[in-house]
Amino acid sequence: MVKLDAKVPEGKLEEKWMNHKFNMKLVNPANKRKYNIIVVGTGLAGASAAASLGELGYNVQVFTFHDSARRAHSIAAQGGINAAKNYQNDGDSVYRLFFDTIKGGDFRSRESNVYRLAEVSNNIIDQCVGQGVPFAREYGGLLDNRSFGGALVSRTFYAKGQTGQQLLLGAYTAMNRQINLGKVKLYTRREMLDIVVVDGVAKGIVVRNLITGEIEKYSAHAVILATGGYANAYFLSTSAMNCNATAIWRAHKKGALFANPCFTQIHPTCLPVHGEGQSKLTLMSESLRNDGRIWVSKIKHDMRKPNDIPEEERDYYLERKYPTYGNLSPRDISSRAAKEAVDDGRGAQGKEAVYLDFQDSINRLGQKVIEERYGNLFEIYETITGDNPYKSPMKIYPAPHYTMGGLWVDYNLMSTIPGLFVAGEANFSDHGANRLGASALMQGLADGYFVIPYTIGNYLAGDKPTMVKTDHKEFDKVKAEIEEMTSKLLSIKGERTVDDFHKQLGRIMWNKVGMARNKKGLKEAIKEIAGLREEFWKNVNVVGDSNDVNQCLERAARVADYLELGELMALDALNREESCGGHFREEYQTKEGEALRNDAKFAFVSAWEFEKAGKWKLNKEQLKFESVKLATRSYK
Amino acid sequence: MEHKKLNLTLKVWRQHGPKTPGCFVTYPIAVSPDTSFLEMLDEINNELEKKGKEPIAFESDCREGICGTCGLVINGQPHGPIPRIATCQLHMRNFKDGDTIYIEPFRAKAFPIIKDLIVDRSPMDRIMEAGGFISVNTGSVPDGNAIPIAKEIASEAMDAASCIGCGACVAACKNASAMLFVSAKVSQFALLPQGKPERYQRVEAMVKVMDEYGFGSCSNTYACEAECPKGVSVKNIARMNREYFMSKIKG
Repeated sequence: MVKLDAKVPEGKLEEKWMNHKFNMKLVNPANKRKYNIIVVGTGLAGASAAASLGELGYNVQVFTFHDSARRAHSIAAQGGINAAKNYQNDGDSVYRLFFDTIKGGDFRSRESNVYRLAEVSNNIIDQCVGQGVPFAREYGGLLDNRSFGGALVSRTFYAKGQTGQQLLLGAYTAMNRQINLGKVKLYTRREMLDIVVVDGVAKGIVVRNLITGEIEKYSAHAVILATGGYANAYFLSTSAMNCNATAIWRAHKKGALFANPCFTQIHPTCLPVHGEGQSKLTLMSESLRNDGRIWVSKIKHDMRKPNDIPEEERDYYLERKYPTYGNLSPRDISSRAAKEAVDDGRGAQGKEAVYLDFQDSINRLGQKVIEERYGNLFEIYETITGDNPYKSPMKIYPAPHYTMGGLWVDYNLMSTIPGLFVAGEANFSDHGANRLGASALMQGLADGYFVIPYTIGNYLAGDKPTMVKTDHKEFDKVKAEIEEMTSKLLSIKGERTVDDFHKQLGRIMWNKVGMARNKKGLKEAIKEIAGLREEFWKNVNVVGDSNDVNQCLERAARVADYLELGELMALDALNREESCGGHFREEYQTKEGEALRNDAKFAFVSAWEFEKAGKWKLNKEQLKFESVKLATRSYK
Repeated sequence: MEHKKLNLTLKVWRQHGPKTPGCFVTYPIAVSPDTSFLEMLDEINNELEKKGKEPIAFESDCREGICGTCGLVINGQPHGPIPRIATCQLHMRNFKDGDTIYIEPFRAKAFPIIKDLIVDRSPMDRIMEAGGFISVNTGSVPDGNAIPIAKEIASEAMDAASCIGCGACVAACKNASAMLFVSAKVSQFALLPQGKPERYQRVEAMVKVMDEYGFGSCSNTYACEAECPKGVSVKNIARMNREYFMSKIKG
């Protein structure tokens, strides 16, 4: 068993981070250039960490599989970023943002981490403004805000419907400045395939050069993984095509514990599936729920067009069930309510979809205002579906979107492998069992700008890690393992394509480890995934060779990892005999069908230790709540 | 789904590597009009893989028109026939049964072909690294509301900043000029008070690298704006020219 020590600092909640910053060891400014740090991933967390570490004077090597650092999937976040500025004078505070996040996460996250997140949220907004991020402004020239799900204050900052893009470009430009100054070296088109651990400490990585196919070795004093989440285990998700779990999964297999893998977020407002050939799902920003009303027909199997259904025959189910939060109920609750309506036979025109209707808002505010607020989102909708949402309601349905689970990290964001840090969506740290809207951008940038630059210094100054050369035998061993796996994949020459396996896995995950889970289904899923994995290694057809651009090979290696990770997600869901946040076990619900937590038995983080594919050991980090009282989450 | 499939003939550019000659290869396909253009290529690739043949190499990522990864020349137009969308947002309902569609990579001197439809657009990043930033360190900035910025100025900066860095402007231009791309960044920062202190060094540094990579000059055909998936305006080019001119005067 691994001994989990979260290293939460002593003291009052609001003093922990301040005290910790003071108590941390510092690296002499003149010595920082003697340290090399590897950052994998150039999304919000990776780019902001690379930029900030470069500014401090460290030598940073940053890796991305994209052709450009600007393409990381943070770019697709639409709605906004939270901060406790209280510019709206509506009662917001650091404590309220902390509380909303803990409650939104259904009391399954670490108090100290979440408080720190809320604490640094304000610095993030300042930082981004300073970098030239063109946030939306009011006529007086000050920053504008809007509301998001799970909060009763307006604390979300935004840049049209392209907030993620603008924040990422801010971090990307800050990193570019360090590239220009020679402090950051960027490696594009490199996919990390393993980490290298020497005597139990992370010392470097092994990557595949996606152009030449060569396996390359890089060493450093510390490694940061900022490689995003694993929602693509579902095949269809809002994640980008190339988002994958390989970096964190390979680190997991080298000893990093994987926390809460079953905590996945199914986002309520996505476009419904159009057919078999669908490659991914498109999100419609949650901000639409500020002015859109969600409804289905009261009548089962109602095939009428939405505009032909009279007002009194419509069920605005979120407003009915949760009058206080209404259409701004948190994501997990809204998604499940949509599923219930569809399972009840009341989906839009018999389909797996519900309506998101702007007619009332258009009548109240005029089409121009709605166009100003959501114009680009309405355009996206019309481009994809061919329907005009100004004329008839949008059709939406939940889709896998974000993964709260990830590699286990302590308060310093270090994994169970010393020297291996994990930032952003790739770690499990801040969102518990459900993430609130506009909090992913906040966490990615908090980790990269304001947490890791401090804590990594503490590691370097405290542990004084040495650097090993890439001709060390461990590097060669890992490289040989990767090459062997590559030739194995290429030599199978079976009957089924990589995507075929991925789609089948996705169906198992969506049906049995999706919005609602039960013991029987999860047990079946575990068996089916193990069987599918076995078949994959006998019957997949990976075409092409290894010394060239080979996208088929890239996908095959990622799917091989999903076929292991998927099983762990199901195992974790089976083990957690309660419902909380995005994890809904049908056996554990109230009479009204709400999630029923079991704090006595399950107020812990499950941190899984890899033994071999299909076999894990469970470690538990007990969650202590000293500041908030555990309560049943109510949005009524 | 309920719609009748379209029968199409695709002529796709295949080229094994940067130095090997390429050619168009014909692929017939029947596809649902609800399918996206890239999903159609996925379907062809799935069929090719089933036969043990190498799939068509092409790039895409977010498939929501924001990451800028995808970029194909479709029947001679970067990102295809529909204005203001990226290739990934193009749907097959915009084509007719029986159509022949030519699919090529972005072509420009500064964008060498890597394989099939994949090109190397890294010179765009080199331009950004040369000066496309505001020099502020983490933690060194004032409160976000310390400097009010007029809504119109913020909006204009946002419009310039909406560039997704796909390179369609370069592919559309007969001179393979990157002026729209570069000017979008120059404009965003020149408009905002935070970007003003470095405005002249910035434009000089970026233009210098742009020229070094062999991007052509602007001859005012506006093809870039017409093909830009985000509708970034050529007004930005005028602003960049002004900034550049001023940088020379202020020296």
